Amino acid sequence: MVLELTRDLSYEEKYERFMERIEAGERIEADDWMPDDYREALIRLISMHAVSEIMGALPEKEWTPKAPTLHRKLAIMAKVQDEMGHGQLLLRVAEDLMKPLGKNREDIMQDLFSGRLKFHNVFHMKAPTWGDAGIIAWLVDGAAIITQSMSLNSSYGPYARALQRICAEEVFHAQHGESIILALAEGTEEQRSMLQKSLTEWWPALLMFFGPKSKENVGKSHVNKNIKYKIRTKTNEDLRQEFFNKYIPRIKSIGLEIPDKTIHFDEEKGEWVYEQPDWNEFKKIVTGHGPMSEQRLSLRRDSYQNTRWVRDALASRGKEA
Amino acid sequence: MTFENAETLSQNKEALSACKALLYQLADDDFLLAYRGSEWLGLAPHIEEDVAFSSISQDTMGHAVMFYQLLEELGEGEADRISHLRTPAEFRNAILLEMKNGEGSYVEKPDYDWAFAVVRNLFYDYAKMIRLQSLKSSSYEPLAHMARRIISEEYYHLMHWEMWFRQLMTSTPEARERMEQAIRRVWSDFGGVLTTGPEGKQIAAAGLMESEEVLTERWIQKVSAILNETGFQPEGEPGMKSGNGRTGEHTEDLTEALAILSEVYRKDPAAQW
Ligand SMILES: [Fe+2]
Ligand SMILES: [Fe+2]
Repeated sequence: MVLELTRDLSYEEKYERFMERIEAGERIEADDWMPDDYREALIRLISMHAVSEIMGALPEKEWTPKAPTLHRKLAIMAKVQDEMGHGQLLLRVAEDLMKPLGKNREDIMQDLFSGRLKFHNVFHMKAPTWGDAGIIAWLVDGAAIITQSMSLNSSYGPYARALQRICAEEVFHAQHGESIILALAEGTEEQRSMLQKSLTEWWPALLMFFGPKSKENVGKSHVNKNIKYKIRTKTNEDLRQEFFNKYIPRIKSIGLEIPDKTIHFDEEKGEWVYEQPDWNEFKKIVTGHGPMSEQRLSLRRDSYQNTRWVRDALASRGKEA
Repeated sequence: MTFENAETLSQNKEALSACKALLYQLADDDFLLAYRGSEWLGLAPHIEEDVAFSSISQDTMGHAVMFYQLLEELGEGEADRISHLRTPAEFRNAILLEMKNGEGSYVEKPDYDWAFAVVRNLFYDYAKMIRLQSLKSSSYEPLAHMARRIISEEYYHLMHWEMWFRQLMTSTPEARERMEQAIRRVWSDFGGVLTTGPEGKQIAAAGLMESEEVLTERWIQKVSAILNETGFQPEGEPGMKSGNGRTGEHTEDLTEALAILSEVYRKDPAAQW
């Protein structure tokens, strides 16, 4: 319908109309006209989100069979299944956007394997203890809820709708994480120290999760464009501050220590002041040089190779039909 | 003869011990296969399958938990202890279900065999469904009740694996070859799933589940149907090549699996986790 109307318009006119729709808070749908850089920004964001969900299931997968009780085993199995489901949902949204460019899911997978497509820094990290499984579910999923909630009203309709479902499930994940954390925090000396150690190790990665404050920290950033197009509504720093507001009191209330002696709320500025994580380290991690980057990627890459015969078999049936 | 609850069953010593033996078989079978399924996460042929398979494994783990809880009610100790603290020799699962998915480990260099996964799961789900149908009229009512609940989920699992089986049996020559190999392998150990162990006679005599012979006959019929349809027949009877797990015979694969499954719990079984 929109296509029909805009057929004879010049690019500039189409663009103007498009921006009017964005300003008016309208939802853009998959078949609507959109400027190339809007499409590109969405593909970049959503395919990264999709592979982060998929790669994000891997550190927890390490703990799925080891979960200490039957109840915990069931809960973490449910969670990793959800994460895969999120990956699937988002892959489909990305695929629709890529179709006009003649690309598909295979391209996303190959970009992931070649390192061109990045996934979230947190999923490059080691998760050596059960405490890490708790911290991931509680704080990484908690951080994800904060970033994803800001895009619940994203200008791109299919992404906004996918996020509504995803965020609803993420709330359960964070609860599952909190329950693991509370059991450890109220547990034996050994359990408590396992938990504290996990928090200490994950803290810098959690701060990095939201991305650098400004582009001086790491070079190019797409935040401004995404805000202009109303794909997102807040800056990285806004989100990190939200995270502090929500979690610092909770972390303290269960008697854990934040591994940053300087962190405090500055009443005058109205924000948390904290020690910056090492942004050079961040750059190294997200470009595939984190502690577990290669191992997790090759897990995915090798298994993709091992099951190629299955996809070939399915494709051959598709041709017959 | 019916036993309404744990208390009435406990008054009949023979039925009680037969019931426990049966429950260990049912619980351990599901526990180990669910574990093997969970190792596939992130490694399945495509993302849709990752989602579906992890849902199936989660259901199967849920079934194991229900059976362990019945054992708890019969005085065998807490379900968590039963599942995490027994030695390998105390497990009663079929050896086929403890076998690794392939070379490598689930976190490092897995070289897993999808054909084996499909055949093992399908053949097992046929056997499980046949058992559950029989358990619907079990003399132990809590078990009959549970069987009815589980059956509704099993329909979906069976449909899923049947679809995979048909697709891979009738596609490329490579897929066919891999599937036939997997069928031969599963066949050579499937006797270990079908047997109800040394307590089989007592299980049937107490009316807990029909006899091994009757259930095996039904399984052969079911499996023959899909094998005929796809034009393949393995030779001979289902065997017990790797041994009889129902008597506590097991392989190194089980020892490794249990070490992983209980790694955290064993750090402090008295702690709250
Ligand atoms: Fe997720
Ligand atoms: Fe999550």
